[in-house]
Amino acid sequence: MVTIKELPKEEYLLKGHAACAGCGPAIALRLLFKALGNKIILIVPACCTTVIQGPYPFTSSAVPLQNILFEATGAAASGIVAALRQRKLERITVVGWAGDGGTVDIGIQALSGAAERETNFIYICYDNEAYGNTGMQRSGATPYGAWTTTTPSGKRERKKDMPLIMAAHKIPYVATACPSYPVDFVNKLRKAKEITGTKYIHLLAPCPTGWRYDTSKTIEMGRLAVQTGLWALFEIEFRKFKLNSPSDRLVDKAKRRPVEEYLTLQGRFRNLTEEDIKRIRRWVDEDWEQYRKLASNSTSDFALYGKI
Amino acid sequence: MAQITIDTANHIAGYAAKAARVKVVAAYPITPQTTVVEKIADFVERGSMDAEYIRVESEHSAMVACIGAAAAGVRTFTATSAHGLALMHEALHWASGSRLPIVMAVVNRAMGAPWSIWPDLSDSLSQRDTGWIQFYCADNQEVFDTIIQAYKLCENERIFLPAMVCLEGFILSHTYAPVKISDQEKIDDFLPPYKSGWILDVNRPYSHASLVSPEWYMEFRYMIQEAMENAKGLICEIDKEYGKRFGFEYGGLVEKYRCEDADLILLTMGTMASDAKIAVDRLRKEGLKVGSARVRVFRPFPVAELRELSEQAQMFATIDRHISFGLEGFLATEAKASFSSQKDPPLVAGFVAGLGGRDVTSETIEKIAKRSLKWMRSGRVEKETEWVDLRE
Amino acid sequence: MSVNPRSRKEMPLTPLSSPTVGSMGKTGSWRTFRPTVDNSRCTKCTLCWIYCPDGAITRQEDDSPKIDYDYCKGCGVCANECPVKAIEMEREEE
Repeated sequence: MVTIKELPKEEYLLKGHAACAGCGPAIALRLLFKALGNKIILIVPACCTTVIQGPYPFTSSAVPLQNILFEATGAAASGIVAALRQRKLERITVVGWAGDGGTVDIGIQALSGAAERETNFIYICYDNEAYGNTGMQRSGATPYGAWTTTTPSGKRERKKDMPLIMAAHKIPYVATACPSYPVDFVNKLRKAKEITGTKYIHLLAPCPTGWRYDTSKTIEMGRLAVQTGLWALFEIEFRKFKLNSPSDRLVDKAKRRPVEEYLTLQGRFRNLTEEDIKRIRRWVDEDWEQYRKLASNSTSDFALYGKI
Repeated sequence: MAQITIDTANHIAGYAAKAARVKVVAAYPITPQTTVVEKIADFVERGSMDAEYIRVESEHSAMVACIGAAAAGVRTFTATSAHGLALMHEALHWASGSRLPIVMAVVNRAMGAPWSIWPDLSDSLSQRDTGWIQFYCADNQEVFDTIIQAYKLCENERIFLPAMVCLEGFILSHTYAPVKISDQEKIDDFLPPYKSGWILDVNRPYSHASLVSPEWYMEFRYMIQEAMENAKGLICEIDKEYGKRFGFEYGGLVEKYRCEDADLILLTMGTMASDAKIAVDRLRKEGLKVGSARVRVFRPFPVAELRELSEQAQMFATIDRHISFGLEGFLATEAKASFSSQKDPPLVAGFVAGLGGRDVTSETIEKIAKRSLKWMRSGRVEKETEWVDLRE
Repeated sequence: MSVNPRSRKEMPLTPLSSPTVGSMGKTGSWRTFRPTVDNSRCTKCTLCWIYCPDGAITRQEDDSPKIDYDYCKGCGVCANECPVKAIEMEREEE
């Protein structure tokens, strides 16, 4: 259990980068380096971070970073990990850092393949719920009702549940995170580093540009996502499901803040009808019923089978 | 101890990857390549090959995994065919743009729709623009030798480009033939440990392949072109050195047969060249001055070698196991382009044959030659592109 | 290979970009509002430091924040998150 003040002062995401003002993913990337240090290799597919680095001949990343094809993060990881193993350099942590597009849509095959092959790396999906790099088109991770440039009247389909999809791969560690809970994210990264196998962390990364809110509210937005129950912080470690603070207290519906407190602050939800909001409320309740069941050991689908 | 192995070209490709001390193989099965990866899986699991075989879930991932492994500092290998090669198309660009010395065996197979598992060169030829060096083999021995030569070539600091070693599906891939596999010590002496032009290194961090503006991009592309040009000379040097050490050489970029005084030269690629030699011998018995030249390396294209051949030859007949719809086979196009700036360019007749695995016999090639000779005597190529043995 | 090549000869064989502060130049020029810290109110909790998307806030020896105005984009996250409202966002003078 670390405190914010114990986090190292060194910066490996160098200032003067190209991220939008108030960029959630940028906050998370800074946290990643504070959690894992700089003896890591970062794999970055086409995503916002491709742009955030800045153009040749300069980069804002102070760790070795391999830019790779959009759908290919998982495959690149398998190759890099194998090479490091052959060179007896397994202590170098390999980290995939991909947006939601490169994870739940075009990138899902390579990620699924890497997980099935038990590739020893940490994969982080920083989810700003749209294709940010190309200007906010919808992705499979865009939530119901959200405006994007390709769903101007609001997306009709639900958000793909990527954490549970990854859990179904029976990998040793799956977690959700949010930069608004920096210590939680750092702890999860450090824990993941010590586990052998594929580790998947899905991070909700608020994006003022795509979600249409004032740039100053990025951290507040993430907090509200968690407090309303629209985003749950949990871990599935060796198939044992556990809710993290403050989500562990939100199984009780009464303790969850009304979803409107989150939705009305964002321009992308401006077109939600009362029907839509009712639907969203119902789905939140259904998701939390599922989390409640998963968290109770005896009936859990992810009950402990013994350490892998 | 050098051993003679009687095996299929696919298995031989596996032996070559083993002899080259490849450390990471990432591959996905596809007919008729499958037995390459099965052989390698067998070697790795028995422990006779000290490498890791990543059983990727698609060819696109296969190439990307090779890119990752090569960037992280080890020698890599993969193999594919037809649609697998097509699927990894964007990754081929990424590999050459990253200047990674990956070697890949391409077991040539026709493209669909409709499905065809039989050989033609459309798959690899349609990747000619991707910045990969391309070799085309005529027999199993050449497959082994070329893979070894390719690593030495690609890992040279004046090159640092990936290479495909192409071999026709079923004709070579599944045909047993004797191959001499030199002993490992001699191969190690010829092929030094893996070298690449850059590496992912936690002690020297860079962002690789990030955004490059118009201000810089062209120079990076020019460097690839330069490396391709460098490859021309180096391929010949390496082939000669290999010949001295191991007893097998292939004429560098172009393998010539009885071209010295030929009026007509048959230009072919791959196994067709062997049938062309038989046809040439028969025609020569009739007193016809015909020779054949096999384009062993299609990228970089052997412009100088063709121009040299055209110095005394009056005509070339190109036989393409390929068609670029809307024009002609690439061998025809590129041969013509090679002659275009000459004062007195030779006649060129283009023939399309053997698509989708249709057999091209020495008799067919004899017919092609006789037809071309007729045109040569009349001074005019009657049909610029002719499809051979086509059903009416 | 040179960090900022002046000729083709100085370029690497494939784009290798060097870690540089200010890869996009002085991004402080993006600002419309600038944050100012009231040190008398600041409790040195370091939340502004951890939440700055640009790493433009440095933690001093005593944990008080120092804002690098060359790179601060003026997003206002620091001001929004400061638990004691010690940071004000003021409009930049032209």
